Amino acid sequence: MADDDRWIHTPPRESATFDRATIAEIHRAAATGIYDIRGFGAKRKLPHFDDLLFLGASISRYPLEGYREKCGTNVVLGTRFAKKPIEIKIPITIAGMSFGSLSGPAKEALGRGASAVGTSTTTGDGGMTEEERAASSLLVYQYLPSRYGMEPDQIRRADAIEIVIGQGAKPGGGGMLLGQKISERVANMRTLPAGIDQRSACRHPDWTGPDDLEIKILELREITGWEKPIYVKVGAARPYYDTALAVKAGADVVVLDGMQGGTAATQDVFIEHCGLPTLAAIRPAVKALTELDMHRKVQLIVSGGIRSGADVAKALALGADAVSIGTAALIALGDNHPRWEEEYRKLGTTAGSYDDWHEGRDPAGITTQDPELTKRLDPVAAGKRLANYLSVLALECQTIARANGKSHVHNLEPEDLVALTVEAAAMAGVPLAGTNWVPGRSSQD
Amino acid sequence: MPSVRMGVKTAHDTRNTSLDMASLSLRQVNETLQKAEAGAFAVANPRGAHALAAGLTTPIDVTIDGHVGYYCGGMNQEASVTINGNAGTGVAENMMSGRVHVKGDASQSAGATGCGGLLVIDGNASARLGISLRGLDIVVKGSIGHMAAFMAQAGNIVVLGDAGDALGDSIYEARLFVRGKVKSLGTDCIAKEMREEHRTLLRGLLDAAGIGPEVDVAEFTRYGSARTLYHFHIDNLGSY
Repeated sequence: MADDDRWIHTPPRESATFDRATIAEIHRAAATGIYDIRGFGAKRKLPHFDDLLFLGASISRYPLEGYREKCGTNVVLGTRFAKKPIEIKIPITIAGMSFGSLSGPAKEALGRGASAVGTSTTTGDGGMTEEERAASSLLVYQYLPSRYGMEPDQIRRADAIEIVIGQGAKPGGGGMLLGQKISERVANMRTLPAGIDQRSACRHPDWTGPDDLEIKILELREITGWEKPIYVKVGAARPYYDTALAVKAGADVVVLDGMQGGTAATQDVFIEHCGLPTLAAIRPAVKALTELDMHRKVQLIVSGGIRSGADVAKALALGADAVSIGTAALIALGDNHPRWEEEYRKLGTTAGSYDDWHEGRDPAGITTQDPELTKRLDPVAAGKRLANYLSVLALECQTIARANGKSHVHNLEPEDLVALTVEAAAMAGVPLAGTNWVPGRSSQD
Repeated sequence: MPSVRMGVKTAHDTRNTSLDMASLSLRQVNETLQKAEAGAFAVANPRGAHALAAGLTTPIDVTIDGHVGYYCGGMNQEASVTINGNAGTGVAENMMSGRVHVKGDASQSAGATGCGGLLVIDGNASARLGISLRGLDIVVKGSIGHMAAFMAQAGNIVVLGDAGDALGDSIYEARLFVRGKVKSLGTDCIAKEMREEHRTLLRGLLDAAGIGPEVDVAEFTRYGSARTLYHFHIDNLGSY
């Protein structure tokens, strides 16, 4: 044994600091001289809903029968000021994603899937397409800094308006849709030359700050006869203050997007190093609403890394009224599906890791404007897949709610939760499992 | 001229109507204007109201006697709105068609993201005039502030006076005509040759704004995009 060469040399040891991904990125940066741009959301490990557990019922908590007793999942959005609030049947909505970043069939499929289960979908940069309006029973219209494609007639045809201040993947960042995705149709919708790299502004062109936002909301309400719910979407940066300011400005709904939220195209360094994890953002937002006596009056929609009904239930238990999904919805349509493995390999990646959504070469036909690739996505079949997935999320959320004795998913509460890590306990404001310790809070809190 | 002091009138009896904001709310005034299919309206005592005459969709004439706040004539379609006073931020923002005429000065972001129609400002305009312009024509008889036509995509801006810093920064395909001095040009914005087609276009814009032949198109310089930043490239990093 002593003569065995294996014990003379130390085995290869990877650095935890300079791991393979880090070394590969340094090589890539050295070779190209430009930062990495990609789609998807944060890929680093973050404190998340996995770090929370529901307690379930016990002697002091009476459960509901899983298959017989009712557990409501409906949510009414826009009850504060809108004459026509919207009601979604499940507490899960589809986040804003643009035609341009997504193909026409993908947008149609999102509408079909959402409508089949009675929830809403959302437009994105570039305005509203006829396909998504026709396919979406409830369509939220994003009012973005770029205003690409934004028209008052489209606002009037929407069921709600979402003023986008920022998004979780890049709070403070604009957008870049590369020329290969600027088809003639996309270019026409955005009043830009076809084929150029299209920049989306990071700031609104005609207002600055919360006082101006209040006036902008007034204008949108005046233009739409005070009918439509007005959402304000923020990236998770300063959720306590942003939520309070959105309420002060007159929002009906606050949409809070954590850093795991997806993007069509952003610098990797931005995605991985800016913003708050979704888990850390919810309680400060709820605190602001509660202090203003606006919890459940101004609805809170949380997004960023929602994958399962457990995630939905945990977000609701922390105080959200609903959640929103983007990346998970694209996966449900067929993004990163193993059936395209051979083509992913040709692109230098693998099913499960594909994130070059900005390049327009998506084998699944979702994040592309290529006519041949686009044909691969059947909007009817993909919409059905999304509807199935949304149903599973709702059923899973109901299952957990019933086990915790709740007749409506909104009755879930922080008291139903414990945390597996000190970090998650501090962020979520729930006790570390097996203790009554909530880090960062005194016993009087 | 009949005067409506309270309530909302129906479309058939709104010709030559006076709307006094000393007694009518913003909602009442806007609802009256938004429901009208034709006619002329005079709005008194605007007192700096925001979002006044916003979201109009028909070819009515609206005259506002006094100063207005933010977003007057916002997203206008078809209507002709005249402001006998100054206008706050975002006058005629995102206008689609029709005409908005500011007899005084205009604040920031006048005509922002406008898609069509004509905005005339008799006085000066502040910063970010015509930001993200998408097809609206703007004529300013005075001077304009900094960052005008930032990321402007389409449409025309005519300035009889001077322009501030960073004119046309990151501009796309909008055309800018300035008679006076330009303090500085923004990234990727350059002076361009005035060809006959541009002189004809400019003359038409001046005519539409009621500016006679005493203003000679030969006095203007045309500015537009150098189109060097249309594709993101590391060689241009110094410009970003």
